[in-house]
Amino acid sequence: MSGLRRIAIVGASVGGLTTAESLRRRGFDGVISLIGEEVHPPYDRPPLSKQVLSGKWTPDRASLRRAADIAALELDLRTGTRATGLRPGLRQVELDGGQAVECDAAVIATGLRPRQLPMLRGLVGVHVVRTIDDTLALRAAVLEAERLIVVGAGFLGTEIAATIREMGPRVTLVDLVPEPVTLQLGHEMGRLVAQLHRDHGVDVRMGVGVAEPIVDINRIRGLVLTDGSRVPADLVVTAVGSVPATQWLRGAGLDLTDGLVCDAMCRASPGVYAVGDVARWLHANVGGHIRIEQRTNAAEQAQAVARNLLAGSGARPYAPLNFAWTDQYDVKIQMYGHRRADATFALIEGSPRDGRFVGAYLDGGQVTAVVGWNSPKSLLRHRELVRAAAAA
Amino acid sequence: MRIEIDEDKCTMAGQCVLAAPNVFDQRDDGVVAVLDAEPPESERTAVEDAIIRCPAVAIWLAAE
Repeated sequence: MSGLRRIAIVGASVGGLTTAESLRRRGFDGVISLIGEEVHPPYDRPPLSKQVLSGKWTPDRASLRRAADIAALELDLRTGTRATGLRPGLRQVELDGGQAVECDAAVIATGLRPRQLPMLRGLVGVHVVRTIDDTLALRAAVLEAERLIVVGAGFLGTEIAATIREMGPRVTLVDLVPEPVTLQLGHEMGRLVAQLHRDHGVDVRMGVGVAEPIVDINRIRGLVLTDGSRVPADLVVTAVGSVPATQWLRGAGLDLTDGLVCDAMCRASPGVYAVGDVARWLHANVGGHIRIEQRTNAAEQAQAVARNLLAGSGARPYAPLNFAWTDQYDVKIQMYGHRRADATFALIEGSPRDGRFVGAYLDGGQVTAVVGWNSPKSLLRHRELVRAAAAA
Repeated sequence: MRIEIDEDKCTMAGQCVLAAPNVFDQRDDGVVAVLDAEPPESERTAVEDAIIRCPAVAIWLAAE
């Protein structure tokens, strides 16, 4: 028996909600406080840069669970409530407005905050996509825009560029990296993603950064790039990475080095656990502390943390095989495993010319990740290559 | 228990196949295929895992 009666979960997106759901599945019948800064019922983020931005879905379609399913969990659900501090010694989560939630254990699932370019701060017409409110504000602005710039060519930036391009406006995609998604998928995949965007009419400008904004009073009118070129735009969207939302935990005596640092059980200190994008935990198979900014990991890690919270001394290390995906235009790219920066890439099935293929990332001859381009079913079979190598 | 899916939401991640291989498969295009929409109780844990792990919220149980 864990002896826990009250568990506070901070963060009411997929990581937090799934933790609550998993605790109930495991028979926990004590109090679960689920505290979320946003006023909306828990919703999912992957559709934001795709179906919600494009308008293909109404926002309610991004809900994580039906209202009846959330009600059935009998939560102390506090949306629209910001946690401002954690006092592990007193077992208290402090809330905006001076209130506090008592708890025997706390789960931190506060996710990320988008990084912003300081020189663009405060300008009208500069957007990010993290929340549903961000997304709807951007959508409304895109409907009035003729040309815009997306700064940042990772998964999120390239998805936003693709979605907006298909909505009509002209799009310029800017990043310092040599090809889009290079950091995530390497140069070979990056070149294909660059070509995909060019084929759809995106002006892909890689290897250049932002020098300064072109401003009309307080409104963005474009960007001057580091190669000296001037790109006019009605809007600028930045997708230049994120920082773990841990600022509120300062003073709690926790290690906040690039996330909430945890042991292999996802435990930051006695009675404090972390889940999802914010968690930096010791991954036994990868052999170091990692943070994974992926939807599937948030849910899987939540299940593991619920198990470990209730298991007492029977807690088990959490060592998942990472899964990532991105949808752009009519292309679906999926990856299993943990690709290292210096990995070599090899085709193992199909080819880019066929419009579908599976590739492997190799590290000293060992497969550390597999990637699929419009090959979901085949990629799942090749997942075993990574698992076998990890087990060897 | 009766399983319901939304094919349009399915993002072809295959997580359901990993969680409950007796109940879910993928069509050739990757979209979820339900092998048994009313599986035996012995599959409940696996099916609930599939629901939780689906990154598209495309699977749920019909209200009983």
